[in-house]
Amino acid sequence: MTAIVNVSLKAGVLDSQGKAVHHALDSLHFAGVEDVRVGKQIVLKINETDKEKAMAEVTKMCEEILANTVIEDYKIELI
Amino acid sequence: MKVTILQFPGTNCEYDTQHAFEQLGATTEIVWHKAETLPSDTNLLVVAGGFSYGDYLRSGAIAKFSPVMKAVTEYANNGGKVLGICNGFQVLTEAGLLPGALKRNDGLHFISKHHTLKVENNDNIFLEKLNNGDIVNIPIAHHDGNYYIDEAGLADLEANGQILLRYTDAQGELKNPNGSVSSIAGVCNKSKNVFGLMPHPERAMESILGSDDGVKMLEGFLAS
Repeated sequence: MTAIVNVSLKAGVLDSQGKAVHHALDSLHFAGVEDVRVGKQIVLKINETDKEKAMAEVTKMCEEILANTVIEDYKIELI
Repeated sequence: MKVTILQFPGTNCEYDTQHAFEQLGATTEIVWHKAETLPSDTNLLVVAGGFSYGDYLRSGAIAKFSPVMKAVTEYANNGGKVLGICNGFQVLTEAGLLPGALKRNDGLHFISKHHTLKVENNDNIFLEKLNNGDIVNIPIAHHDGNYYIDEAGLADLEANGQILLRYTDAQGELKNPNGSVSSIAGVCNKSKNVFGLMPHPERAMESILGSDDGVKMLEGFLAS
């Protein structure tokens, strides 16, 4: 099974990189972009077939190391 | 006085830190991160600056799982004195020994220059040789020095006198180089035995090199 983890700064925590990308899009005349958030994606190949167990395990990984929950949120997708 | 200095793969300020403390008369020992215990005569543990594990994932995120960190946590929880400088500050926040987190600088640039700081709370061993309101000139050198803590956390820091230093101009007016919440440059834990700051006092030991304001800061540890 593959787990895709998306980590991004929490809403309310200023995302300076997102802001810089937003400015760049503006200066390239891409109108209509309201907000940009930059995050990171971590793709894990895991040796587990039970989705529930996989989700529990990856959640633990996120809490312990993949995300810093003081400033970041994470979303897990299993495929 | 024995100062133990941690060394992770990518640490690069351990020898400056060693030189600074030895100049003040301390004996020092550099301890590799694979060690599972700290020297038993340690009076102060310093997590030195640098780029542990290449800042991969997040600054300090991987170092917190090094074998030595278990001993560090135990040492800190037993009241041992710990100082984290720059990457060391990042490691201590990641390890949960200090509140908050360090984000990418708001301007997205690596900043390397001297910066003036104001002493906010001197009722702790680190800053007791200085007075509240004193301005010190200390180099900063970081990419991820943007201190973040939520509003409730900030109120706690204020109430407990845990804010050590703020970035200011030479007159003491707030001047924020990296976007840190409330211009914070350094904090300590509630019991005031764990200290962290982004600026490098160990690089401000000789006036001929720009500033010796770091002497009074590091001396605080030797007196106690």
